[in-house]
This record gives sequence, C-alpha cells and structure tokens, in this order.
Amino acid sequence: MSERVVLDHGSGGRRSRDLVRSVFRSRLSNAALDAETDAAVVALALDASPAGDVSNAADVRIAMTTDAHVVKPLRFPGGDIGRLAVCGTVNDLAVSGAEPRYLTASFIIEEGFPIADLESIVDSMADAATEAGIRVVAGDTKVVGRGECDGLFITTSGVGIVGPGREGIAGASRVAAGDVILVNGPIGDHGATIACVRNGIDTDPPLASDCAPLSGLIQQLYNSGITPHFMRDATRGGLATVLCELADMRSIQIQIREESIPVRDTVRGVCEIYGFDPLYLANEGTMICVVDQADASVAIQAMQAHPLGQSAVIVGEVLESGSARAVMRTAIGGRRVLRMLAGEQLPRIC
Amino acid sequence: MIFVDEYRDRELVHSLSRQIHAESRRAIALMEVCGSHTMAIGRFGIRSLLPDHIRLISGPGCPVCVTEIGYIDHACAIAAEPDVIITTFGDLIRVPGSLSSLERERARGADIRVVQSSLDALHIARDNPDRKVVFLGIGFETTAPTTAAAIAQAARDGVSNIFVLSAHKVMKPAMMALVTGGVSLDGYICPGHVSIVTGAAMYKEIVAECGVGCVISGFEPADILLAILMLVRQAERGEHAVEIAYKRAVTWDGSRPAQRLMDDVFVPRDAVWRGLGTIPASGLGLATEYNRFDAEGAFTVDLPVAKEPAGCRCGEVLKGRCEPADCPLFGAPCTPENPVGACMVSSEGTCAAHYRYHNE
Repeated sequence: MSERVVLDHGSGGRRSRDLVRSVFRSRLSNAALDAETDAAVVALALDASPAGDVSNAADVRIAMTTDAHVVKPLRFPGGDIGRLAVCGTVNDLAVSGAEPRYLTASFIIEEGFPIADLESIVDSMADAATEAGIRVVAGDTKVVGRGECDGLFITTSGVGIVGPGREGIAGASRVAAGDVILVNGPIGDHGATIACVRNGIDTDPPLASDCAPLSGLIQQLYNSGITPHFMRDATRGGLATVLCELADMRSIQIQIREESIPVRDTVRGVCEIYGFDPLYLANEGTMICVVDQADASVAIQAMQAHPLGQSAVIVGEVLESGSARAVMRTAIGGRRVLRMLAGEQLPRIC
Repeated sequence: MIFVDEYRDRELVHSLSRQIHAESRRAIALMEVCGSHTMAIGRFGIRSLLPDHIRLISGPGCPVCVTEIGYIDHACAIAAEPDVIITTFGDLIRVPGSLSSLERERARGADIRVVQSSLDALHIARDNPDRKVVFLGIGFETTAPTTAAAIAQAARDGVSNIFVLSAHKVMKPAMMALVTGGVSLDGYICPGHVSIVTGAAMYKEIVAECGVGCVISGFEPADILLAILMLVRQAERGEHAVEIAYKRAVTWDGSRPAQRLMDDVFVPRDAVWRGLGTIPASGLGLATEYNRFDAEGAFTVDLPVAKEPAGCRCGEVLKGRCEPADCPLFGAPCTPENPVGACMVSSEGTCAAHYRYHNE
C-alpha cells in the first residue's frame, strides 16, 4: 500500500522530523535549511554567496522563518490563533538570536466564518505585534468553501536582524561542558490548557496558555551583557524534545533535575488525570536558554526582572562527558534517559 | 499536590527501599500485571532501588498489547463500510493490523475519531443518527463498566445506531493461566484500578490455586515499593496471601455498581490474548438482551488471515519469557514512532516503557 501522510507526521516529534528530512530537505537542500534551526540565519549582502553562507557575508545577517498555525479551538484561555501566529514566529526568530522586525501573515478562511471573530483575532494579532515590537507588513487572504478548512488557518513569516556575535546561537555552536540550562518559567501551561479546553475540564485555579512573545525577555538578557550559547522555545514536543535535539545537535550529554523544573500544581494535576508527562507538553512562551556557568546568576537576575521570566530557574547543565543524550535525575533519586516525543501524548485508557 | 507528593517523598521511598534490602534474602520473581505499573516503575527508576535478586516482570495488563491482531483487522474492515464512524481510544490508532492500521485507514478517508470514553461515542451516535457509530471496546475491569454504562444508557434512551466491537477482557483467568501455563512467579503486583472495581477478594482463588502472593498496589513510587516489601515478606515467611497496599482506594469487595453494570451488559466468553492464546472465560461479549449493539453481528465483513509480524516476540514479552531487548526487532525497526508489535505502540506497553526508560 502506498504511504500516506498520517496525523502523527504533524506531532512535532521524531516522525515530523523524519518527514521533513525524507521529503523536504532531500529535495530543497542547502546549508541554511540543512542546519534544521527554528529560523534560518542567512546573509543578506551584495557579496554574500547564493547559498546565504553566513561566513562569506560582509555585513547584514538576517533570520527568516515561517510557521503555519492550526489550533482547535481558535480561542483559548491566554490567547487565540492570532496571538499564537504572531508569537510563534516572533519566538522562532528571537531564540535564533535575531531581533524580530517584520512579519507577513496569510489567512485561509472558511466560507461562513464570522467577520466579528476575524476582527477579534486580528485585534489580538495587533496587540501581540505591539508587545513584540514587530510590524506586520504584508498579508494575503484566501477564502475556501465550507468544509474545506476548519474555520481559519494562519501562516506567518518573519525576518529579523541577527546582531554581531549572535549568529552562532541558532546552531548552538558555543555550547560547551559546564554550561547551565535555564528555563524562564513553568512548563506545560499551553498543552495542559488546550487539553482541558478540548475536553471541557475546568481547573481551580484556572489554567491559561503561556502564549507570549519572548523577544522582550531575550532583549533583557542582551542588555545585561549576556550572549546565550543557545535558546529554543519548547513548543510541540515540549522541554524534553528540545533537550534531546540539543544533545543530538552538539553530541553532548545534558543533565536536568526533576525537582528544579517548574511545573504548576494545576498542570501536574491535569497530567495525573490524563497520564501526560509535563516534559512533553507544548509551550508557547517558554524557552530553554543555555549560558556560560559564569553568566548564570546575571542571566537569572535579568530574566527575573522581566514579566515572562519571574520564575526563571536553573534546571540542569551540560556535562563534561558522556554519550549524546539528555538525562534526568528523578525526584526520588532515580535516573531516567529522556527521549524525543514519539507520537502525540495520549490520555490514559484506564 | 496532595495524594501525590506524599507518595513520592524521597525519604519515605528510600526507607522502603532500605527495608526491602534488609529483609530480602531469597531471589524472587514478581510480575506487575498492569501497564500503568510498568510505566511508573520506569518513570521513577524503581528498579535502581531494588536488590538485584528481585526480578520484576511486566505482565499482560496493557489493554492494547493483549488485543489480538485480528481485532485490528476487524476494526479496519468495519471502518471501510459505508456510513460508519469508528470511535476509539487513541492508543489503538497506530497498532498495526495484518494489512493496515486505523491510522492508515483514517488517512485514506475512513471516519475514525479518538474519544476518551464510551460516553463520548454515545454522544457522537446521538449527533449522527444517520450513521453507525462503532465503539472499539478494549480494556479490563476498569474500562468494561464504562462501556457497559454507555450501552445500558443507549438501550434506555432508544439509541439504536451505536455498536460495540468488544475486546474487553477480565484479569483473573489470565493471571491464573500464566502461572498454570508455566510462568514461574513468586508474586503478583496486582493492578490498582482493576481492583477498585473487582475488590481484593477476587485474588483469593489465584493465591489458593496457583500458590503465588497477590498484593494490590497503587501507582506512586511508595505504593509500588510497599507492595514489593509485602511480597518480599510473604516470600521470606514462605506464605502466600492477598494483601492490599493501596488501602486509600481498594476495598475487599470493590465497586458493586460497576460490577452490576458489567454483569448486566456482558457475558463471559473465551478470548484470544495476543501472545497468550485463547483463555477460557476471559473475555466479555454482549449479553443476549444487548446483542443488537454487538458490532460483530451488525456488520458482515471479509477479514484477512491474521498475520503476526515476522520476528515479533511480543507474545513472549507478555509472558515474561523474554525481555524487550531480547527481541530482534526491538529498537530497529520496532520503535514507538514506527511500531511493529503492540507492546511498542501503547504508551503503557512493556516494550515502549523499556524503550523510553531503560535504553542506555
């Protein structure tokens, strides 16, 4: 039987990566694409090589990325598809070491979609763009027949300027043994919120998505004199998948401590009910940040001074040696090897 | 978080571990029957807290893992019938059948929806009166009462377009069949959630006939270690007994309303367990009064000859005869993202748990 795309190819885990590699990378291959970073960092100068090779560039380096957003429901506590579409692209640029500058947005709208809903979604895009200090400079709309899309899909693309000394962040080229790993806040809020909304579960206190632009928080780090060695927002696949990707990219061993990882009690409760692991829940405004050990306390202070980093904390470190993997010291003293998300997390059967 | 943190307390966990080390002399083999136990043992690193001579074997308590391949074929065939909506727990979607899987059938256009309970399937049936809604009923005494509740509700409300393809099973005959079939065990770490429904009394027969200890455990590290400690003490004393290490949830008699629902809607029948073969009276079919809801009778479909994947040792893994890593397919090509056998598909499957937590 001929192979077809299945839903799991979009889970953000290993199967997504396999699809990207086998279908897309193999046919569109170039240095920037092959780096498999959240945003491509390329040179934009007259004498830059056609491949966008950064090392040959005389001056301007930009980061460029695109992200399609399909979320059910379109509106959820803490955000909506509009806010998500702005933040997702802004964050991919920002964690790649870029100052996000311009966005484009294209909308695929299902016939019959209420204009008032569209207005409110675009209003929240405008708010998120203001928060992120970015402008939406071009766009496109397509309307498809009823049933040909699920309400509204939004794709955003963005560019940003990569400042001097920051071109290695996306590729994690400066990550080294002894570096410490920080997160800016509690993990799993977005994934837990969406699971609860979809299944009609109310929590006390109520949950909200962490959906937010990280550019301001990251600017705060630069302002304090820190150049992180690596940053990545822990979206689909969660914290564990990002750590596995980093371990893989640089062939290093990463160790985190379960007790240090911030998880809200409500999110833990939702995870207990469904049998989810918070390490694999999606986030939309939570990132890991790897810094030199000597910079750790300054980085924590800088993050904590920003509203999105108030509970910033060190969760682990890059070890001196060991094979390429991410491991976790469990709260009861055991040791657990982390793996990339394989398939969506499913609610327990019993 | 109450009811969680106190059972993950480092000092409590380590004191239980120390007691096990101090009291355990004999080499023993214990089977954790339930897939949630298998996952918890991996996730918390419980093995690293036990002496080497205590062997933990993963048992047949993952509903997806013991579902025979012919059942997946049957579900795929019904999915291809006109006007059918298949409703299923998510774990079943990716289990490979002989020729296809529900995931592939869905990609080819079949209407297959993931639900979290049989009652969701009943809602879908009400919302789609022109379609036939088939619920894939899998699982043990934990899920069977919920399927029974949905069917009883459908009967009361006159909903006639919901059907169950039942692969529901009960635990006791399988636990007895394993021991009488030659699997050498000193004790069972008995499933906590099943026991909430059945009550602890169910295990008396296993203890009496099979000569193994039965201790019912919860799912937190302290629960599991306490159950192991109680089984160690039984073994050291040379005794076998039913004990409850999960008293905050499990009683001697279980849940009478859940038992009544099951007794009402289902009747025992022989069932094929993947890897274990046919076990008499270990399955649940629909009772005569409810057989109009039986998908087996409502659809006539051609089924391929059920074909187990070549080389797959799921069956032996389920009997504790081999470790997942002993299977030639484990890790390559059989992985959670590209599973060959059922034990790798379900997040509670033995192979998936080993892949996720033990792979160094």
